[in-house]
Amino acid sequence: MQSVYPSIYYLTASKMLEKKILKDEKEEHLLFRSRAIAAAVIVFLLLSVIGVRLFYLQITSHEHLTELAQENYQKRIPTPPVRGQIYDRNGIVLADNKIEYVLEVVQDKAQGLDDNIALLQKLIPISPKDISKFKQKLRINSKFQPVVLRSALTEEEIAIFSVNQYRFPGFAVNIRTERLYPFGSVASHVIGYVGRIDTRDLERLGKDEYKGSTHVGKTGVERFYESRLHGKAGFKKVEMDAHSEPQRTLAEESPISGEDLFLTIDLELQIKAEQLLEGQRGAIVAIDPRNGEVLAMASVPMFDSNLFVNGISYKNYNALRDNPERPLFNRALQGAYPPGSTIKPAAALAGLNSEVITPKRSVNGRGFFQIPGTKHRYRCWKKTGHGHISVNRAIYQSCDVYFYDLAYRMGIDRYSEAMSRFGFGQKTGIDLPHERSGLMPTPAWKNRRYKTSWYPGDTVNVGIGQGYWTASPLQLAHSTATIATKGRRITPHVLKSVRVSRDLPEKLTRPKFLPSVIAEDKHWNTVIQGMVNVVHGPMGTARGSGAGAKYRYAGKTGTAQVFGIAQNKTYNAAKLAKRLHDHSLFVAFAPLDNPRIALSVIVENGGGGSAVAAPIARKLLDSYLLPKPVTIKVDNTKESSETPPNKNDNS
Amino acid sequence: MNNSLGILRPAWEVLSKLDLVMLLALAALLTLGGITLHSASGGDAAMMQRHFFHLVFASIVMLVAAQFPSHILSQWSVWVYCAGIILLILVIFQGSKGGGAQRWLELGSFRFQPSEVMKLAVPMMVASYLSGKTLPPKLKHNLIAVALALVPMLLIAKQPDLGTALLVGTAGFFVIYFAGIAWKWLLLCVAALAGAAPLLFFFGMEDYQRQRVLTLLDPGSDKLGSGYQIIQSTIAIGSGGVYGKGWLNGDQSRLDFLPERHTDFIFAIFGEEFGLLGNLILLGIYIFIIWRGLYLASRGADSFSRLLGGSLSLTFFVYLLVNTGMVSGILPVVGVPLPLVSYGGTSMVTLMAAFGLLMGLKKRKVGYEEY
Repeated sequence: MQSVYPSIYYLTASKMLEKKILKDEKEEHLLFRSRAIAAAVIVFLLLSVIGVRLFYLQITSHEHLTELAQENYQKRIPTPPVRGQIYDRNGIVLADNKIEYVLEVVQDKAQGLDDNIALLQKLIPISPKDISKFKQKLRINSKFQPVVLRSALTEEEIAIFSVNQYRFPGFAVNIRTERLYPFGSVASHVIGYVGRIDTRDLERLGKDEYKGSTHVGKTGVERFYESRLHGKAGFKKVEMDAHSEPQRTLAEESPISGEDLFLTIDLELQIKAEQLLEGQRGAIVAIDPRNGEVLAMASVPMFDSNLFVNGISYKNYNALRDNPERPLFNRALQGAYPPGSTIKPAAALAGLNSEVITPKRSVNGRGFFQIPGTKHRYRCWKKTGHGHISVNRAIYQSCDVYFYDLAYRMGIDRYSEAMSRFGFGQKTGIDLPHERSGLMPTPAWKNRRYKTSWYPGDTVNVGIGQGYWTASPLQLAHSTATIATKGRRITPHVLKSVRVSRDLPEKLTRPKFLPSVIAEDKHWNTVIQGMVNVVHGPMGTARGSGAGAKYRYAGKTGTAQVFGIAQNKTYNAAKLAKRLHDHSLFVAFAPLDNPRIALSVIVENGGGGSAVAAPIARKLLDSYLLPKPVTIKVDNTKESSETPPNKNDNS
Repeated sequence: MNNSLGILRPAWEVLSKLDLVMLLALAALLTLGGITLHSASGGDAAMMQRHFFHLVFASIVMLVAAQFPSHILSQWSVWVYCAGIILLILVIFQGSKGGGAQRWLELGSFRFQPSEVMKLAVPMMVASYLSGKTLPPKLKHNLIAVALALVPMLLIAKQPDLGTALLVGTAGFFVIYFAGIAWKWLLLCVAALAGAAPLLFFFGMEDYQRQRVLTLLDPGSDKLGSGYQIIQSTIAIGSGGVYGKGWLNGDQSRLDFLPERHTDFIFAIFGEEFGLLGNLILLGIYIFIIWRGLYLASRGADSFSRLLGGSLSLTFFVYLLVNTGMVSGILPVVGVPLPLVSYGGTSMVTLMAAFGLLMGLKKRKVGYEEY
């Protein structure tokens, strides 16, 4: 490399000499070399800084930055699942999914939104209400999500829009499914309804699962079995460019449709029950005692579930809420009525079981009962009294004195405990939300509640299902079913089977057994015989309704006082306001051998149990047990409203 | 050997001025650049075609530039420099605007950026001036050299084109450095520069320039504004990881998240698609070119050759440092392309011309006696 040095050195040097400048070429060369080496070192050091920075970005921060990159372009769009349908026990659809065409707008893609809406109004009708609703939703929703501008598009409107779609960027017609309850108000308390998801729902539900969903079950089966009905949301992972234009689908997971539910409800019986209560306020619960299936659960008046699906209007909601008949209130599940005489068979069994009474022992029914050493008279409904009376007659004639005496001698602790075994004072555990437990009073409870001690008179009142005792129609039907099965208790339920997929067989739900009521068979027979005599005996309180039945059944009337009557006064229905009239109750099971249905009927302020509730029960039993050529007629346009305000409390 | 070439002899004469090793390294870099640009442009054939034309034209310019012997260059320097200064002044008075700054001069249908010429003219001028003095030069000569670099630098900064001003200034400065200015003066300069930085920041910068510096310190402060580019480019590089996402698979680029991805920010695409490994190879090629440039300079025929060659090599390095620094988010955003990779005819031609000069500076055996 250095072989040519001297000549260059010489040549340039001579040139320099010519210019009269002394330059040491070799020195300068060495100077340059040392500077070049220093420069190379600095270059290397500074580029090392870049290298370290790259190392930091590409190794240390790699994961974090990869996430950021994915956030940039990967958007997860949830796909809502199709909600499961609800059927009655015979496969009749109670809650369906209706397909609807809606006009939706994606804000991000729509330019000059207001102008375009005005333009579109010339083509298809869009009401100012639609627009104000749309604007409201725009504020809540993400600007990348479609927001409904008009729903329920007709085919003609779809055609008109499709031709002009190119003029409206960001506007599109989409299919939407909507919940439909074909029978409207029928069984609306059982089925419940879905409504738009609100913030409270979101706290309760998994936010991820519901990202694409708009509706959620709010009451009834729709709420209780929400997780089964809803299904599992799918998603679409879409690649978006910097301008939010979707490029391609990266991953897709189909949603899993919700499960179809088959209820234990027999639609025909349900409609019959609702019709029998029409124009009144009341409830009917019918249970299959063999397996706890709820065949009918009527609470009248009712409401139309469809009203709630797309957000009920204030007007409609206020009308329902302020209606004195309280149509939103599920009487069958939440009503707390004094059970009245309907509990006498259970009380009799408790007495027999604890040997407080015997089948032979009789009590002198003088028409009133007095606690030894006091003057207060606890009156029998029959002023003249029943005379000497056995347990059998005490049941079918509903002798109050007999049961005053029974409860008094048993004592409240034993009595209360025995009644709890029939499920009183506890939730039955039915698969519906908001069940109420009613109240089986005890001294401890009274002390807690009223800070006073339990008086013997309290026990006497409880002896005929009055006083502090309250029960729901469901509990009454359940306790009646317990007598029908001679003590075997099964949790009442409304879900019969589940269909996960149309290709798979339905999965039956298993009955859940509760602790049985243990008693000797002969005691059961005594009690049941008393109930049979209620309807079939010549002196039974409900012999009128039992007459001519083509099957044998057992029943018990009940008349629950709403209004306390003074000691020397008589109850005069005609003089009392309707809302102070007695509640009319009846419980029954049939047929006698191998019972298939146990039911409770309550008609608020209906009057005597034998006069109002018992005939209703008979008609219902007939319709269920007798072969019928009748076809179902659906009428969901009724709304009764002629009766005055009422409160459902007892005396 | 030359005799056997026959009529190819003139062609050999021309080509022999070049340096094969440097040519190979440049070819490797240009190939990588072309590959990356194809991806960054989203397969835009028209852009690739223009890029190819730039390349051919720039290669011819390089070949021509390599033909001038150093004494000719040294003699021409003063004229080129003076012409450049005049043009820069003209630009200030009647230049056309491009991107908010006055940089272009229109000569008929031909648009011309005088500041580009200064990237070569300034180091030539300073080298020519200092090579006439005894090295290391006296303080007076150094001060004159500084003035020679500073005048065009300020004129360019006034346009404003901070990136080019920086490159022009450093080109002049590197000549002074290689001429042998005392280290103490160098350190003093660095200290003075560091001290003047806040003053420059508050009084010497335009608002948008200040914003760029602030953005560097905290890109998150303006995610969708001035911080957007840095955030997106660091995401692109970082998500590339060690091996990269593969050619044409850079999501940041493909989905248009990275602005100016085919020009100043192409390094981010490269890093995203080829990863740390690719980056190190790319930096390796650059280091090799810089080293080769310094080597060629050190073998220069005279002081002028060495000073000019050294300066051009280090200026190339400054291009690289500023660009990779800004794209990876450790330097403020200034308009400096990734040399020979970013799309753009002007910088390509200037850079290739510089390499032509650099290769032509080596001592010439043939015809030397005729001189």
